[in-house]
Amino acid sequence: MSETTKPPQTVHSAVSWGQKEERARSLWADALRRLTGNPGSMTGAAILLLLILAAIFAPHVTRFDPFEIVAAERLQSPSAKYWFGTDSFGRDIYTRLVFGSRISLRMGIVSVAIAVLMGVTSGLVAGYYGGRLDNLIMRLIDITLAFPGILLALVVIAILGPSLFNAMVAVGISAAPTYARVTRGMVLKTKEEVFVESAIAIGCRPFRIILRHVLPNILGPIVVVATLGVAGAIISGAALSFLGLGATPPTPEWGLILSSGRNYLRHAWWITTFPGVAIMVTVLSINLLGDGLRDALDPHMKR
Amino acid sequence: MTRYAVQRLLVTIPTIFAVTILVFLMLQLVPGDPAEIFLGEHQSSPELLEQVRHDMGLDRPLHIQYLSYVWNALRGDLGNSLFNNQPVAGQILDALPSTLELSLTSMAISTLLGVSLGILAALKHNTWVDSLSMGLALVGVSMPVFWLGLLMIFFFSVRLKWFPPMGHGDLKRLVLPAFALGLLSSATLARLVRSSMLEVMNEDYVRTARAKGLSEKRVIIRHALRNALIPAVTVLGLQFGRLLSGAVLTETIFARLGLGRMYVESILNKDITLIQGLTLMLAISIMVSNILVDISYAVLDPRIRYE
Repeated sequence: MSETTKPPQTVHSAVSWGQKEERARSLWADALRRLTGNPGSMTGAAILLLLILAAIFAPHVTRFDPFEIVAAERLQSPSAKYWFGTDSFGRDIYTRLVFGSRISLRMGIVSVAIAVLMGVTSGLVAGYYGGRLDNLIMRLIDITLAFPGILLALVVIAILGPSLFNAMVAVGISAAPTYARVTRGMVLKTKEEVFVESAIAIGCRPFRIILRHVLPNILGPIVVVATLGVAGAIISGAALSFLGLGATPPTPEWGLILSSGRNYLRHAWWITTFPGVAIMVTVLSINLLGDGLRDALDPHMKR
Repeated sequence: MTRYAVQRLLVTIPTIFAVTILVFLMLQLVPGDPAEIFLGEHQSSPELLEQVRHDMGLDRPLHIQYLSYVWNALRGDLGNSLFNNQPVAGQILDALPSTLELSLTSMAISTLLGVSLGILAALKHNTWVDSLSMGLALVGVSMPVFWLGLLMIFFFSVRLKWFPPMGHGDLKRLVLPAFALGLLSSATLARLVRSSMLEVMNEDYVRTARAKGLSEKRVIIRHALRNALIPAVTVLGLQFGRLLSGAVLTETIFARLGLGRMYVESILNKDITLIQGLTLMLAISIMVSNILVDISYAVLDPRIRYE
């Protein structure tokens, strides 16, 4: 059974050229249509939207103060008053989780922004200019291969010292090589395209070519990697705080709340359960969205 | 083949060199004076600080310090811990078996589970088996290992009392951490094996194998699987590094005295010499495993040649 990929709608749009509703769609409009037709990624997007709203309106959707210590109410199990129970300081876990979503979302966005800025820039430069610069950047990336997973972030934390902001920087730096590799690979391919050759021929400056001709053509995969990267960054950030290398008490950070419940596993399961669910639901929704984006932006991929 | 292996090794030398420089510079980059960290709570007079700096060799020119660090490291001397003044190399060697035991066991679990789940999903493509296993894999990819670890402690130690929750030593204490770590990385592997298997099943040689009348079982085992597993081997190698890095969290949760937990503690203690030793040790072992993977990759797939 041979599977040839049909160029979508070309015949169709050629016939009905001029009619507004039948006009050829752009790559992005086409991708958006495929994305909205994917129930998994729409579920992910909906959950994510809910989380963002919760983060923005945190004081309005909670009834307690995330920091106030109420000794009389410590280690209360989930009830109508305390939906997710209270921690060992009598603080409402639900409230702390809602406020914590601000930290986790910021963690994901800031570190991915750092990673994209560093990685995509060096990938563009390495891929487009090639030569020695490319060599140097690739060797630097080789070094980072010796520090997989959370290890590179740990090395950065070891140098910068533990703090929430440094955790964001560390996670960002540790993800940057991935972006650099993806970007470089695609730049190398795009560079050979006719439109880049023509741009060179009419005398465009390299900067303009990179920004106006190369970057827009490789944006799709970068968006996919970055979306999935937000999910990874949230897990890594929570992991660092869990280890005591990120946020410090009394910050309502999810990994930190989880860690604070470790000594109460026997008597207060809710302290470790709900932050874990929060992290997983957030990461899962972003992964669903990212997987959907990948399928939507890559029409050649067969499922 | 040998040529490829030698080339691959040669390419690694500058990287190892660069890693040693990075590790050496950590001492300079870390804010704070190592001598002051070493003296810690003690009353540190300027004379005493000067004395300690001299003893640690910190008053020598940078390049001399670097050369002596590398020379000592080659002889197995990574300096003494700033925290407890014990030799760093000795501490690392003491913690190494525990971490190796954990990462190799979880690697076996993740390979067994990930590969079989991936193949199963690919063979039952677009059925409920496929959806279920990929759903599980997606949950696995999204689940933080530290949470899974705590859940396992809660269910299997606190509630069911099947396994001791913490510590290390006997086999019973290895089960929970190894599964926590292995389960999650099997999810990545399952997703990869599935897509690679699906791709291979569409190849011409699989069609040819079917056309010449081979049984489906033989087609899958002899033709599809062998090719589909090539990318899995690379990921498997990368998994080793990821599992080592995952050990940081698992060892902390399950209170195992391994390299990962030691790393976290050394950062919290600002024990720079121990941080340096551990970084060097982990980086070099991961680089070695990367080389081995690349070479085995070339053995498995004769099409691969060094550029």
